[in-house]
Amino acid sequence: MSETVEHGAVWLQGAGCSGCSVSLLNGLSPSVKNLLIDEIVPGQHVSLRFHATVMAGQGAPAVSVLEAAESGPDDGFILLLEGSVQTAEGGIYCTIGETAEGEHLTLADTAEKLGRKASLAIAIGTCAAYGGLPAAEPNPTGAMGLAEFFKERGVETPVVNIPGCPSHPDWIVGTIGMVLLGLTPEVDDVGRPKAFFGKLIHDNCPRRGYFDTGRFAKHFGDEGCLYELGCSGPYAYADCPNRQWNSGTNWPIKGGAPCMACVEPKFWDKYAPLYQKITEERMERFKVKRSAKG
Amino acid sequence: MAQKIKIDPVSRIEGHLKIEVTVDGGVVKEAESSGTLFRGFEIILRGRDPRDAQRITQRVCGVCPTSHAMASTLNLDSAFGIAEDVPDNGRIMRNLILAGNYMQSHILHFFHLAALDYVDVTALADYDGEDPGMASIKAFIDRGELGPFFPRYEGDYRLSKAVNRAAVAAYVQALDMRRVAHEATAIWNTKMPHGSGIVPGGVTETPTADKIEAYHWKMNQLLDFTNSVYIPVLMEVAKAYLDHAGFGGGCGRYVSYGVFEMEPGGADYAGRKRFLNSGVTEAGGSSVQKLDASKITEDVHSSWLDGPDGLHPSSGQTNPAPGKKGGHSWLKSPRYDGKVGEVGPLARIYTNYVAGHAAVKEVVDGALAALGADAGALPSVLGRHAARALEAKLVAEAAAKWVLDLKPGEPVACDAPVPAEAQGMGLTEAPRGALGHWVNVKDGKIANYQLVVPTTWNAGPADASGQPGPIEQALIGSPVKDPENPFEVVRIVRSFDPCLACAVHMLDARGNDLGRYRIA
Repeated sequence: MSETVEHGAVWLQGAGCSGCSVSLLNGLSPSVKNLLIDEIVPGQHVSLRFHATVMAGQGAPAVSVLEAAESGPDDGFILLLEGSVQTAEGGIYCTIGETAEGEHLTLADTAEKLGRKASLAIAIGTCAAYGGLPAAEPNPTGAMGLAEFFKERGVETPVVNIPGCPSHPDWIVGTIGMVLLGLTPEVDDVGRPKAFFGKLIHDNCPRRGYFDTGRFAKHFGDEGCLYELGCSGPYAYADCPNRQWNSGTNWPIKGGAPCMACVEPKFWDKYAPLYQKITEERMERFKVKRSAKG
Repeated sequence: MAQKIKIDPVSRIEGHLKIEVTVDGGVVKEAESSGTLFRGFEIILRGRDPRDAQRITQRVCGVCPTSHAMASTLNLDSAFGIAEDVPDNGRIMRNLILAGNYMQSHILHFFHLAALDYVDVTALADYDGEDPGMASIKAFIDRGELGPFFPRYEGDYRLSKAVNRAAVAAYVQALDMRRVAHEATAIWNTKMPHGSGIVPGGVTETPTADKIEAYHWKMNQLLDFTNSVYIPVLMEVAKAYLDHAGFGGGCGRYVSYGVFEMEPGGADYAGRKRFLNSGVTEAGGSSVQKLDASKITEDVHSSWLDGPDGLHPSSGQTNPAPGKKGGHSWLKSPRYDGKVGEVGPLARIYTNYVAGHAAVKEVVDGALAALGADAGALPSVLGRHAARALEAKLVAEAAAKWVLDLKPGEPVACDAPVPAEAQGMGLTEAPRGALGHWVNVKDGKIANYQLVVPTTWNAGPADASGQPGPIEQALIGSPVKDPENPFEVVRIVRSFDPCLACAVHMLDARGNDLGRYRIA
């Protein structure tokens, strides 16, 4: 047997779209192969015991992996959640499996039970962090983020939020790496690691010069600041302007599309209509802090 | 002695799916497919600015967001009356975005979703060679923590050690290739998944020579991978599992809306000249019927939804009814002309093969010859995998050329003012099959929005007349050698590349008659 420290990981999927999993697969370096096969940090391996999109097993044998985590030692694994937790109608809007005895498992109950046993919970993507799209008005299925759900159910396991729609692979792997290196990520007032979410997009935007000199794009494809086309960069805390997406290929504002602040809680409602210029009056409704200039 | 086998969750698909079959005498007699997540997108969309629809509906699915962005935007172009005004740069970039994600999705499906049903990773347990990638997998196996590759079914891995090893190496290389496919897509779509590049009227990105060259060469790289790794590995799997060309065929009726606009045109999307054209056909048939979107209906008989059966999506009525007696799924049962229809790469390839599409005929005939089979083998587990791989080859080849038609400096989008009152329909194909969006705008806001998506067609339950859905039909009559390790069941299901987040996204208005749509 090797001396590698094994970190068990259980990845659950609630009311989501799997976009965060697909995004994780887009990691360039370290790659997802480095994360799951290799010792991502020398001497440390992440053992992904359960992930419905990639795991070999299915049915009752797969569910038994969850049962083993639940009955195993406390702090025996890290819980990762993608997608929001739905609580209306007893959680019936999302079931994730059936035991050999025929018991249907709701995502909500499973997240609660495994949450209590986990050493740490990581909420991946805006749905898991803050409720995301299923929780957008009028929230027909009682969807919410993991931290809010844990609070409701009295689960004390700490939650780190890595929002984004989807989340960026570097944010996810970087946060996991911090944990494996024994570092506690310093988080902001909504639970996001400041390493990735500490800076305002507007303050680091390549088009900021246009904003400052009042040159605004009126049509898609124009040069200029995208504020009049609905950009929410002044409200979004993320390192997209520097890190960019898909191995540094592009990111929304560079590609001519207004940012929609997908890392911010309740962005689907706060910044809607997404293509309409944000005005003082709209922002007053949500009392959103804006950057010092404009 | 009949035996029930329940598989919940079905893994290595997108989303939440349960399959239940009854096996008697080694043959599936009954099958039920159930989607187990519901989110309520239509309720959430109502009352919002119509332009937000293509951002919101992308989030139906993180594997095929581009298809929803496309269907939604075609829908809005149609509703806003601007379909004919989309500039050519916009038309082409939209195709490039779709093509890039087709490549990602098909590579992901074969290697990372389906392959573990056929490939045995333990073939590397005694690897003692020099290749660092293979050695790292041996080291992983030695450490003994084998998630997510175990637990798994046992007893039917037929590949030789050499082929297994090559397939595992290909699985790892495919991780890089699908990442490259998303890089290519992001050149035009701002980011992947969930890019913001497709908008009503066109796209947001501006073409430049460096972006054109970058996409062209990434597509060439993907084509090379498809030709030299994806298709050859599939062929090795096919040879070892050739009996899988003899079951899992299912209903044998194929519905396609067509995809990739080849020239400018109006909002009759299924009627436009597309790279893969629309149509309805049957296995063994010699002609293709023109698609008539008015023949699309949905039943809710076996769904956890109340309401009448047989309504056109434009006037659908549904209410969520969890626990409804007789219901076992959040999915509805879409039907074409009252009959069951399969959608997906097999539907597109088969329809275009029968229609005489030269490039499709060439690759399909070539693959069949290599396996010593005829077109009768296409409706099957292997036929679906083959159609998907051959489609990947065709799309990569074509998209590498389409990009060279972009004109830097020309417009990328026309204006798209939101009308006060409008109705629209957008029809396209996601990697998994025919995809339609419908919208009704009142007072400049969404009054109603509907989606009918590919996996609803494929994984939906039996309709009011008792016709099981395509996946259910593909299961019924198929063999199951070992009920403790029902490989055949999951191989059949996965051959459809199910995407359940798409299939259960939507609900119609509660009990309101939404009025009829003009089908443009």
